[in-house]
Amino acid sequence: MDAIILQILNGLDKGSAYALIALGLTLIFGTLGVVNFAHGALFMIGAFCAVTLSRVLSLSHKVEVPGETDFLGNPMMRDVPYAYEIFGESLGAGIIDWAVPLSILFAIPVMILIGVIMERGLIKHFYKRPHADQILVTFGLAIVLQEIIKYFYGANPIPTPAPSAFVGSFDFGALVGFDPGTIIYPYWRLVYFAFAAVIIGAVFAFLQFTTFGMVVRAGMADRETVGLLGINIDKRFTIMFGLAAAVAGLAGVMYTPINSPNYHMGMDFLVLSFVVVVVGGMGSLPGAVLAGFLLGILESFASMREVIAIIPGINQVIIYLVAIIILLTRPRGLMGRKGVMED
Amino acid sequence: MSKGNLTRRGVLKTGAVAGAGLALPTYLSAQESGFTNAPTGSTVTLGFNVPQSGPYADEGADELRAYELAVEHLNGEGDGGMLQTFSSKALQGNGILGKKVEFVTGDTQTKSDAARASAKSMIEKDGAIMITGGSSSGVAVAVQALCQEAGIIFMAGLTHANDTTGKDKRANGFRHFFNSYMSGAALAPILAAQYGADRKAYHLTADYNWGYTTEEAVRSSTEALGWETVGTVLTPLTQTDFSSYITPVLQSDADVLVLNHYGGNMVNSLTNAVQFGLRERQVNGKQFEIVVPLYSELMARGAGSNIAGILGSQNWDWKLENQLGAKYTGTNAFVKSFGEKYGFPPSQAAHTCYVQTLLYADAVERAGSFQPCAVVEALEGFEFDGLGSGPTLYRAEDHQCFKDVVVVRGKENPENEFDLVEIVEVTPVEQVTYAPDHPQFAGGALGSCNNGA
Repeated sequence: MDAIILQILNGLDKGSAYALIALGLTLIFGTLGVVNFAHGALFMIGAFCAVTLSRVLSLSHKVEVPGETDFLGNPMMRDVPYAYEIFGESLGAGIIDWAVPLSILFAIPVMILIGVIMERGLIKHFYKRPHADQILVTFGLAIVLQEIIKYFYGANPIPTPAPSAFVGSFDFGALVGFDPGTIIYPYWRLVYFAFAAVIIGAVFAFLQFTTFGMVVRAGMADRETVGLLGINIDKRFTIMFGLAAAVAGLAGVMYTPINSPNYHMGMDFLVLSFVVVVVGGMGSLPGAVLAGFLLGILESFASMREVIAIIPGINQVIIYLVAIIILLTRPRGLMGRKGVMED
Repeated sequence: MSKGNLTRRGVLKTGAVAGAGLALPTYLSAQESGFTNAPTGSTVTLGFNVPQSGPYADEGADELRAYELAVEHLNGEGDGGMLQTFSSKALQGNGILGKKVEFVTGDTQTKSDAARASAKSMIEKDGAIMITGGSSSGVAVAVQALCQEAGIIFMAGLTHANDTTGKDKRANGFRHFFNSYMSGAALAPILAAQYGADRKAYHLTADYNWGYTTEEAVRSSTEALGWETVGTVLTPLTQTDFSSYITPVLQSDADVLVLNHYGGNMVNSLTNAVQFGLRERQVNGKQFEIVVPLYSELMARGAGSNIAGILGSQNWDWKLENQLGAKYTGTNAFVKSFGEKYGFPPSQAAHTCYVQTLLYADAVERAGSFQPCAVVEALEGFEFDGLGSGPTLYRAEDHQCFKDVVVVRGKENPENEFDLVEIVEVTPVEQVTYAPDHPQFAGGALGSCNNGA
């Protein structure tokens, strides 16, 4: 039982990342009709926003340590962050410690800007082109973006830890009556799940309860008619692209303490996120979220030793297997709408 | 309507004549010397085949730094580095056999096909006489086979799987880096001494050749000392989040987790294991421990403070001579040259690449020829010292170097990103030496050397 609870928890946090990326992908597909293979790169750029802010906050100057020498016998120099001098040592250290959550504030405008530039500068020229062209150009863009990041940050993963208050794990088992130590879960992963839930809720609320959201939904249903009513739907869709970029970026920012970010982390998530979108149903936002969590949980269960012992290699194929079964039984995906990508 | 003069026969004839004409000089030079890419002018070209893109690009960059330094030293520039400490005095700092050393580089991308293509290009287009480098065993095995066919010497870079000098060994290929078996043999006694002989181990293993040989080596070495293996799970090479593989460890009664992972896999699985509180865990009345059989200092930086207290093995460490004395002479000379040129200490990948270049050059000098079979003969059974790892033998039977293995532990409070590990112990070469027909290296044969041409 405890093993099952643990794998569900695992699946939830894995599913959170899938759902957040798939949500953005579906938003872009639903509004602009573009299959955006650069979406994983936006997730990665979000993560590097956290790396960048953490580096900016940790900017330091060298101070000689008296009496000590480095490996070449030169005087030992120690880095002292400017933040210590500006804010005092304890506040400065606190700010550096909280770099990842603070990056949310930094990442939102950056990601919206990148999203809008990407849409206006490149993707809008491909609206009327076939999906294959869109896939090629966005995939190319993803490679360019990751090479740019690699140029500036190198190929190695860069550790970007969570604030020390969230380091460690939570004994969930002891709380619900199991033996202590059997169901423990890292604090930050719980934070990530809660964060994903808030973001997903916020996106739905925005689309459901604001006039802007209403217009966008109307545009998703029938772009032409909304245009004929004199509404500049293109402008709103551009903003939605920025918003989708921000959602992917925030997913990346908060992911950095879970796994040290590197330049190809976006590609690692991209393929799975597309499977999530297809399983959820092209263009369906609730479908993307549902499929994200469903596939996350299934992937976790398939990684259990007991399961692998029965069906060797199932952990490597489970997601694709489920995708095949769902598409065979429900060709439009779990919550796919009629007419989407069927013309 | 115009009709061109081109006919199929005409094109074929012209092509055949032109092709023969172009190939003639190469054929003649090959015939004259009797081996591929025999240097004819005042220079000789070495081919450095390292990952310049892909996830191991930073490791490749460090390898390239070492190669450039080696070329400088061979050509008599700089402070000479380990040429001063090398037991063989054949190299004079005037190039190799009086020819100035030049180099070309290729990008392996850490993919076997890309690595073969770049090696092939360096051999055929740039006339490289020797190929060296790489940051993975898959690449090493693929390029080694290519060099064997082409009649070129291959001096492997970082490759740790047993197979490189086991079932996939080749007469034209040589490995200075240690291997999975040696890691297991070096680690097991220290693991038993540090953590006790009554331990239950759980292995997470990367699902590819290197992972299998490392798991096998560590399992057999630790089981021989009384440990029990309670679980082994293969993890996909593309896995990024290992949480679903870590949580079953919590459900088992294992008290040691062995991560047979390298590079990005190692960074992620170790980070995830620490996040799940395994370092604080008590099982069977014992403190839970994590072991990483092969440390990569460069990649360990990605795991940050998570490597604190984790035991693993290395081929070499830049602090060896300072901490363990003159037996490891050469280390400080290399660290000084490298540190002064680049501003930070070298990695074990850089060390093995630098040493391999010197060993090749020295073998050519001693053989008095660039001919591959002469070089093979000079390297086989060659005993040397002063290259940082203590007395070392290039064993004739499998072209594997035998030397001490360094057991390290992640530092609790590293002072900087280049000083992440501390040396726990050095396992002497006798304890990591095995018979050439050891089961973990069975199958395959060295064959005979190939001069190519």
